[in-house]
Amino acid sequence: MNVDFTNEELAFREEVREFFKHKFPAAVKDKQEKGTYLTKNDHIVWQKALYDQGWAGINWPVEHGGTGWSATQKYIFATEAAEAKSPRIIPFGLAMVAPVIYTYGSEEQKARFLPDILATNVWWCQGYSEPNAGSDLASVKTKAVRDGDSYVVSGTKTWTTLGQHADWIFCLVRTDDSGRKQQGISFLLIDMKTPGVSVTPIITIDGTHEVNEVHFDDVRVPANNLIGEEGKGWTYAKVLLTHERTGIARVAESKARLNSIKKMIDEAAARGEVLKSNAVFMARLLEIEVELKALEYTELRVLSSVSTGKAPGPESSILKIKGSEMIQMLDELVLEIAGIYALPFVPEQYTEGFDGESIGPLFAAKAAPTYYNDRKVSIYGGTNEIQKNIIAKQVLGL
Amino acid sequence: MDFSLNDIQQMMQDSAAKFIQNDYDFETRRGLSNSPAGYSEDNWKLFAELGWLALPIKEAYGGLDGDLVDTMVLQQEFGKGLLVEPYYATVLLGANLIQKQASDAQKLELLEPVVAGELKLALAHSEAQASFDVSQTKTRAEKQGDQYVLNGHKAVVLGAESADYLLVPARTSGVVGDAEGISLFLIDPKSAGVQLRGYATNDGLRAADIGLTEVTVPASSILGQADSAAPAIELVLNEAIVALGAEAVGIMEKLLAATSEYIKTRQQFDQPISRFQVLQHRLADMFMETEQAKSMVYFAAMEVAKGGSEASRVASMLKVKIGSAGRLVGQQAVQLHGGMGITDELDVGHFFKRLTCINNQLGTRDYHLQSLINKAAAG
Repeated sequence: MNVDFTNEELAFREEVREFFKHKFPAAVKDKQEKGTYLTKNDHIVWQKALYDQGWAGINWPVEHGGTGWSATQKYIFATEAAEAKSPRIIPFGLAMVAPVIYTYGSEEQKARFLPDILATNVWWCQGYSEPNAGSDLASVKTKAVRDGDSYVVSGTKTWTTLGQHADWIFCLVRTDDSGRKQQGISFLLIDMKTPGVSVTPIITIDGTHEVNEVHFDDVRVPANNLIGEEGKGWTYAKVLLTHERTGIARVAESKARLNSIKKMIDEAAARGEVLKSNAVFMARLLEIEVELKALEYTELRVLSSVSTGKAPGPESSILKIKGSEMIQMLDELVLEIAGIYALPFVPEQYTEGFDGESIGPLFAAKAAPTYYNDRKVSIYGGTNEIQKNIIAKQVLGL
Repeated sequence: MDFSLNDIQQMMQDSAAKFIQNDYDFETRRGLSNSPAGYSEDNWKLFAELGWLALPIKEAYGGLDGDLVDTMVLQQEFGKGLLVEPYYATVLLGANLIQKQASDAQKLELLEPVVAGELKLALAHSEAQASFDVSQTKTRAEKQGDQYVLNGHKAVVLGAESADYLLVPARTSGVVGDAEGISLFLIDPKSAGVQLRGYATNDGLRAADIGLTEVTVPASSILGQADSAAPAIELVLNEAIVALGAEAVGIMEKLLAATSEYIKTRQQFDQPISRFQVLQHRLADMFMETEQAKSMVYFAAMEVAKGGSEASRVASMLKVKIGSAGRLVGQQAVQLHGGMGITDELDVGHFFKRLTCINNQLGTRDYHLQSLINKAAAG
């Protein structure tokens, strides 16, 4: 048992640091440091910088253009990326649909879709949840009826993150409702420009437009957009979900955040605020630090047991639960530091183009909206209640 | 021992409940919150007619001489409607402080118009480094002849934009941290040197940061005696904690009812999700926390009114309980509503937002728990 970096790994860390020093797009970096909301283009520019470096397919097999990185390299990259305040990689293409395509897709599909995903030429979104299929995902009702060389799709998907930007959506659709509900599900890729597809925004309590409803009104989809076999979608979906759960943990980001929280506390002390002498707050901060260290090592254990390109097992549920709780606890700390300045709701302050004087310290402006928005992390990707069921059933055999 | 409401309190509760139910549904409230003023002037007039603006004011100034329990009853109902009218700013902070600090002549001049709905107030007590402890006030007022010159910055002053007068605590003697030496100034927000920067708050109210630059006022604008305002401000803020606590309990009751209803109707895995024991226990936890919070509000409403050194300890105890109960009930209400809980469309998320902001008003749970530690260590 040894977690010290080898000389090669230390050299790799230098390489990653150099990348973030010189090739992380400056405009995006500036926004990240100020906490300004990113535009679609910002995400694309950043992901293309990664692609140009050959680092877009972090978990992908080398044969499809992936990095082939070891677990340690991935850990190093995630840590450095978070410390550099890089944006999250939008997961829907690179981390979610791509593994399904390179694992279960046909050669034609791999050639058609993977290069554009890797280069972020195409923006993907996820069509899983429906108004009546959330935790009970297998009860999806969006119908796909075979008609010649096409499927005709009708139904509604919801909570579609950044669907307003998307060129393509991957969907769980029902192709058969005669047997067990898990059996009649298929995995279908749909071009968002197809006639009959429409997107309705859902505004969340932080005042942002991040999620959407996507409606399908007799949408004709070429049958060769079906992944794998008809009726096997549930199997593919579950694989994708374990990838999603690991991603949701955001451990490296939480580590970087804890460091910036400590800086906020020092700055508050310099302003004459009494936070640092508040034993209750400091005890909470330190308990969170302990929990985060444990989470970091749990994640390392999970990642090191998973070889490149494969999906982690049901133990990824631990990461989802503990990782999401960590994000939410850190949000609470920031809210505490913001104090009375958690109250003002002035979104201009974190929107592109703001160069005025902030109301209160700038970090405080986003404290409450972030806390509100992050309530989603214990809900999406399978609620934490569902994750505990998975642990109880699949890990503990109860 | 008797926890029942008296006839007047019962009447007050009924009329407030009826108002919220009939005239203040969620969409109406959203419209008011998004309007330029952020509240309804018509409602304000109605509050005057219903006697709500007179509630905590002494009879001598046209009030109803209500106590903290009366205020609690009203605030609990207001919580259920997420009231946006500046009742807290004008009546519970502003008028209440005038009545505890100002001279008789000043009370006569200012309180009757408040009761009539013709005068609004805002208390600019919080500063960046001190949202609760007024002895930490850095804003200074220098005496020059028979005038005072104020300089400083006030943070997140609720209801400032709609206020006809600002009540501004400023240090006239001593140094930051001294209990003595705070004076309370009555200032017209249109005075030269007062810069109001207004904004919406995360919970749909209106507030402002206020810059004071060489604001020159006559000595007569001090309410009551110079250097003497800190104890009255402290008492008013302790009473305001009771009011916030009652509002929070109203919100928690609302969230409990909404969540209980939702899980009984939401179907997943071919059954209502209320059949799952883990969710039943969660609701039971929310229920217990709400009841515990309510008990603390009752306790505090009776004890804080007695004043004295115990009042601030009781207020801190209440704020601790409201902070933790509010967090649990708010977070679980959202969690159990799933994605719907974080949509702007549904009221649940808005109740959650208000509960969150209540914890950050008048000192957080952590702040008050530390105050209790300090008191325990000293005693």
